[in-house]
Amino acid sequence: MDNFTVGVVVFPGSNCDRDVSWALEGCLDIRTKYLWHESSDLSDLDAIVLPGGFSYGDYLRCGAIARFSPLINALDEFVKSGKRVLGICNGFQILTESGFLPGALVANKYLNFICDDVELDIVSSKGGWFNNVDEKQTIKLPIAHGEGRYHCDSDTLKKLVDNELIALRYKNNPNGSSFDIAGITNEKGNVLGLMPHPERACDETIGGTDGLFTLKSLILK
Amino acid sequence: MDQFAVKVYVRLRPSVLDPAGEATKSASIKLGAEGIKSLRIGKMIEVKIEGNGENEVREKIDLLCDRLFANTVIEDYEYSLEKL
Repeated sequence: MDNFTVGVVVFPGSNCDRDVSWALEGCLDIRTKYLWHESSDLSDLDAIVLPGGFSYGDYLRCGAIARFSPLINALDEFVKSGKRVLGICNGFQILTESGFLPGALVANKYLNFICDDVELDIVSSKGGWFNNVDEKQTIKLPIAHGEGRYHCDSDTLKKLVDNELIALRYKNNPNGSSFDIAGITNEKGNVLGLMPHPERACDETIGGTDGLFTLKSLILK
Repeated sequence: MDQFAVKVYVRLRPSVLDPAGEATKSASIKLGAEGIKSLRIGKMIEVKIEGNGENEVREKIDLLCDRLFANTVIEDYEYSLEKL
């Protein structure tokens, strides 16, 4: 995987871009490249991560302004080509706002910003993002969000369930998400959006390594 | 070109829980206001815009509302329009 390069998108207000890059390079030896949001040339990239943070100050709605950046416009072709896109936290919000994933993320049920470790059930192996858990069907990852309550209508929820697009569900729903949803994929499986932060669980010294496999999955074909 | 003042109201859909509205309702009751049955918080966006007549401006505002001002997965919108 010498030349495999993951683009880590930087919006004004992104604040997990360096964490993602550190986890990929330092823990997994995967090359990364920061991508300014005004860039639309994705030709030398093999996968893309939309990191957490507060893109454009979360003005209007989380992810609503980021959706109109040149980079997100260019992402359509990238996704259609089958390459992998991982949206973490604010990245997940951007993926729903821009229509790559269904539903929306709204204010937590009790309005509190939640910064905690949560236990998650792996529901679907679509896309191979969580395939390391043949025996262990639960992982623990950190969350840090104020607007992480997944919402969708009942038709969309049925589609998510029927097509096995729900990747992760909270064991103890912290934010009021519909159906305890913490992460979903698109139908093809090459786009994953999740509220928990796998990049913050890549080394035992910071509390766990359950996020490693998901980041490593970026290199899967 | 005609100029219009537009007021766009964006509201959470009735099916979407509004925790900020619930918290404000709770505070309203603590303030002593009686009889509040429901309180929900939305956004109002004011736009001054010009175009060739009301129909063209409505088309522009419809696009803005549908694609940017509101996320129709969770929000509804309506607007009023006044020729300046």
